[in-house]
Amino acid sequence: MEMIVQTQTARFETVALESGAVLSSVEVAYETYGELNGARSNAILILHAFSGDAHAAGVGAESGKPGWWDSMVGPGKAFDTESYFVICSNVLGGCQGTTGPQSMNPQTGAPYAMTFPVITIADMVRVQKMLIDALGIGQLLAVAGGSMGGMQALQWAASYPEMTRAVIPIATTARHSAQQIAFNEVARQSIMADPDWNGGDYYSGKPPARGLAIARMVGHITYMSDESMREKFGRRLREKKKFGFDFSVDFEVESYLRYRGSQFVGRFDANSYLYITKAEDYFDLLSTPSFAPETASVRFLVISFTSDWLYPSYQSQEIVRVLRRRNLDVAYCDLQSNYGHDAFLVDVAEQTDVMRGFLTSTYKEKPAVAARV
Amino acid sequence: MPPVSEVESTQVGALSGRSDFAIISEIVEPGSRVLDLGCGEAELLAWLMEHKGVQARGVEIEPAKLRKAIGRGVSAYQGDIDEGLADYPDHAFDYVILSQTLQETRAPLKVLREMLRVGRQAIVAFPNFGHWSVRFSMLFSGQAPRTKLFPYEWYESPNIHFLTVHDFETLVERQGFRVERRYFLAGSRRVTVLPNLLAETAVFLVGK
Repeated sequence: MEMIVQTQTARFETVALESGAVLSSVEVAYETYGELNGARSNAILILHAFSGDAHAAGVGAESGKPGWWDSMVGPGKAFDTESYFVICSNVLGGCQGTTGPQSMNPQTGAPYAMTFPVITIADMVRVQKMLIDALGIGQLLAVAGGSMGGMQALQWAASYPEMTRAVIPIATTARHSAQQIAFNEVARQSIMADPDWNGGDYYSGKPPARGLAIARMVGHITYMSDESMREKFGRRLREKKKFGFDFSVDFEVESYLRYRGSQFVGRFDANSYLYITKAEDYFDLLSTPSFAPETASVRFLVISFTSDWLYPSYQSQEIVRVLRRRNLDVAYCDLQSNYGHDAFLVDVAEQTDVMRGFLTSTYKEKPAVAARV
Repeated sequence: MPPVSEVESTQVGALSGRSDFAIISEIVEPGSRVLDLGCGEAELLAWLMEHKGVQARGVEIEPAKLRKAIGRGVSAYQGDIDEGLADYPDHAFDYVILSQTLQETRAPLKVLREMLRVGRQAIVAFPNFGHWSVRFSMLFSGQAPRTKLFPYEWYESPNIHFLTVHDFETLVERQGFRVERRYFLAGSRRVTVLPNLLAETAVFLVGK
């Protein structure tokens, strides 16, 4: 049976940001799946990746579309909604229901655009914590996410380690590397070089569609692997038998990237792209002293994928080494996959095996008494 | 050298029929912190968690086994024993277990030292290369021994360091460590005399 879900909105008067700025009238879009138990001990917070949204699972009541992690979240799935109460919210700075640069600035009555304050992964997590408080949940069973969602999961272990019993970072890093910053900078420059970007002030006119589409094309290349591209496209030509000897689309892969790029423009805000990539680039937990203190009673399950070259396995192993040095409880596996970074979204069979057992055993353990400081 | 220890009848028959597992599960104190190197699918650790309330960690290199171990709820990680211990702080564990794997490691002495750095005690189980069947096999065939214990052709064997009960005891003594308990087995039977000749499997509890 299909799970029909409705996106809801929580509102907060003010949010104090890491930069020192304060945002007022902050809205947060979120969805929930399953039922919270009487002891309020079965809540799992799912954290979305860069371009994700609050709609993680089920079928959207209005859109009719499946959630971005529907293969992992639902009855009988890895995050089994028959046992757990699963929550997913759109990140701060996003453009799918949570306050971001395209939102109205209550002080001016106009969209923030580039007057939106620069936010960090820690700010995203602060807003998530406010949501969890508002839902009346004292301690989460787990926080879990892939890619930028994994960064948020790790950030939970730095900001609120007493508030979750397990942290599940997937295909991610504790610190953005030079290569990751470099790809983000190419994307930002592509957006900002589009004349329609207009210093970020485009909400009353045409959005920077070309720049945003090219940024997304670069992104899609980094999400796949050499092997998955070879399998999916090879050198196949697009609706032609021989080269066109011009600069229209020759190859399937060109057509695919153009399609994904133009499709993205319809659902994502270019300024959100700038702000969220900046938050990723600032992310560096290895230089954050409060990350995973030795006294933390939280368990970790770290997962990487062999063909992921955007967030390579060595970055997950780095996380594992830091946790081991502090003698924390950490499980780690490097799952075999040809799908590159996308593996965490599409290669779910083995992920489901390890996740299910890990969650069951965490749930079974007596909850550690949350340290109240 | 302590006397050869008596093994009480145990309830761990369910442990994959591994008699060394039965002994290990007798040694481990309830509520202790245990690291199992080469934990496989973590049958032993899962049993120890359930029945002795231990804090269990495992290391396994084989991905399919590792997934099963984590799926069982054991915090295991994918890694190589030869280098996997370096990150742990000193005395992070009460016991570090190495079962049927010492002879497969590249640097067994380094592994043993590391086990006794991160653990208060080491539990080492290994097949005894001094068993009479091995000696006979070599003596009469003139070839690298192939027995029930060492069934591989020399070019296919995962075993790269062969050791006997005497060899292990000599090493422990030279390193200044101490054998605290020792157990010898032939199949599931206990061996109490001439262990270097009659034991197929030896299990040592080593301390500092």
